[in-house]
Parts: sequence; structure tokens; C-alpha cells
Amino acid sequence: MSLRFQRLLFILLTLVIILSAVLLILYNTRENVSYFYTPSEIDKSDIMINKIIRIGGFVENNSFNKISSSSFKFKITDEKASILVTFKGILPDLFREGQGAVIEGAFVNNEVFNATNVFAKHDENYMPASIKEDLKDTGYWNKKYK
Amino acid sequence: MNFLVNPSKFNEIADYIFKPILILSIVLFALGLLFALYLSPDDYQQGSTVRIMYVHVPSAWLSLLTYGIMTLYSIVALAFRIPFGFIFNTAVAPIGAVFTLICIVSGSLWGKPMWGTWWVWDARLTSVAILFIIYLIIIFMNFSFENRVVREKVVAIFILVGSVNLPIVKFSVDWWNTLHQPATISKLSKPSIDPSMMTPLIIMTFAFMMIGIAIAILRIKTEIISRKSYLS
Repeated sequence: MSLRFQRLLFILLTLVIILSAVLLILYNTRENVSYFYTPSEIDKSDIMINKIIRIGGFVENNSFNKISSSSFKFKITDEKASILVTFKGILPDLFREGQGAVIEGAFVNNEVFNATNVFAKHDENYMPASIKEDLKDTGYWNKKYK
Repeated sequence: MNFLVNPSKFNEIADYIFKPILILSIVLFALGLLFALYLSPDDYQQGSTVRIMYVHVPSAWLSLLTYGIMTLYSIVALAFRIPFGFIFNTAVAPIGAVFTLICIVSGSLWGKPMWGTWWVWDARLTSVAILFIIYLIIIFMNFSFENRVVREKVVAIFILVGSVNLPIVKFSVDWWNTLHQPATISKLSKPSIDPSMMTPLIIMTFAFMMIGIAIAILRIKTEIISRKSYLS
């Protein structure tokens, strides 16, 4: 084996080792790397009251209530569990029922989560507005897009 | 393909293709912007704001691609003792940094109306911020060191170590919960984007690529000259 291929092998081997080391670290700290919990990941029997966390999911259909012009009540769900959320402030444009959202705040008691920040999450689908109407007309509209 | 590793061959080919590439990039930018701003439709959810994608996504792809090519050149330069790899890395690092900066700024402008925040520390955004910092460190390292031979080797090794970040940027949206949505276009599945929006995206990507290559040619040629004067 020539010297240059020994060097090449050495470089590639080092890269693989560094990469696996970093990935192992990230894999073992994944709970801290993840930006939010899903509602079903939250253990209802072991809720930390007033600890600031983020929860991500969909705004449950028919759960959105306007209490006043800047105060809202809705449920965040991942279809397995759902959490009741109250929020005072301005909601992002994309926020609506069925839309993905990430909320930041803390549980005030075992049932109610008080959000201080609400972020809308959008999905990876892009399509022209006109096509949405076409799809609805022909019945091919996939509810999941919403 | 000798011109990719041989400075004098590179100069020859570069003189030949520089003008066509520059003209091509101008044509593609004109065409791409026309498509992106007028001919492409509004998104069903995001309305007109979706047009930020036509700047954000190409610059994001190219920031990763630039770093990937720099990594390959570092391996080649270190393993096979080919100095052109060092020349390439010195010349191209600022281009990658600018692509990353465009990606971060346009993403931030997109995030405010859509997510409701300029910036969050989720895995995708943080790893891209780290990519930008790595680019900056490479640029600063290129200005330091008295000894050119030592500098080039240290920078190449640093580029190799930093390349660990590339798969993390790419797969961060799949591995962890992030506010950033997962990839729209991947090789394994049908892209979840309409063809009428795919067209401007592809044209803009090639436009960014061509202007990147044009600037890279100029910078590599300058680097070759300054290296020659250094050696003599």
C-alpha cells in the first residue's frame, strides 16, 4: 500500500471516528436537543408545575375558543393525547385549527398549560392556492395537508 | 478533469469558461426572478411569503454543497499532497460563508411572518448557525499563521473536522423535533412541491450556482497568483 493511500485511509478513518463520537453524544442527549415535546410524551401523572417547556402538535379541531380579543383557549394534540392551553397575546398568521403549532410556557396545574409564546409550524408541502380548490372539487383533498 | 487539480490547467479552462458562466448566471437570475416573483403562484397556506423560498432554499443547498466540495478538496490535498486543494479552500470559504448568511437572513425574514419568531434555537437553525461560525473560523484562520505550509494543513484538518456538521444540518429535521419543517425535496420520495413552484426553485438554484462558480474562478485565479509571488 502506497503512502498516499495510507494517508487517505488514515483521514477517512479519523473522520468516521469523529462522526460516530459526535453522533453518539447527540443521540444520548436527544431529549435536550429536541425543540419540543409532543403531548403524548408528557407524563400526566408527573407534571412539573411552573417549569418552562415547549410542546408541539396540532391545534385540535373545534377546540379553539376566543375568550377576549387577545386571550385564547385551545387544545394541542398529537392524536394520542391532548393538552388544554391558555394564551394571552398575538397569534401568528398561520395559526388555526388543524395547523401544527409549538407553544412555550408552563403548566399552571395538572390540566392547564399557560403559553407565553405560540409559534406556528408549517409542513413541507407547497402548492398553489388555486390547486387547493381543484382538489377539493374533485374530492382528492387530503385532510392531512391542512 | 486535470484542470480540477492542476493550477495552470485550471487557469486555461477558467479563461475559456468564465464569460459564458457569467452570462449564463445573469440570464438564469433574470429568468429565475421573473418566475419567482411573477409567474409562480401563491402558496395555499403562506400566500406570497412563500417566494422567500426561492432565495432561502438555493442558498441553503449551496452552503452545504460548497462545504462538501471543500471537504473533498481537503482530503485530496492532505492525502495526495495536491496544493490546488489548499488554494481552492482558501478561495472558496468566503463564498460558502455568504451563502450561509443569505440562508440565515432570508430564513429569519421568513420565520417572522410564518412561525411568529425571527429565531429559535431548534436543531436545524442551531446547526446552520454553527456551519456559519465554522466558515468564519476558516476565513480567520486563512489570515493567521506566519508559515503558509502549516496554515494550509491546519485549515484543511479543521475543514475535515467541521464536515461532521454537514450530516447534522441535513438530518436534524428528521432526527429531532424541530420548528423547521422536514425536507420537501428528497431523492427517496416524490417531492411535495407543485411543479409550478419547483421550476423557479431549480432555476434559482442554478443561478446561485453559476454566480458562485464565477466568483470562485476569480478568487482561485487571484489565489494562484498570490501563491506564485509568495513562492518566488
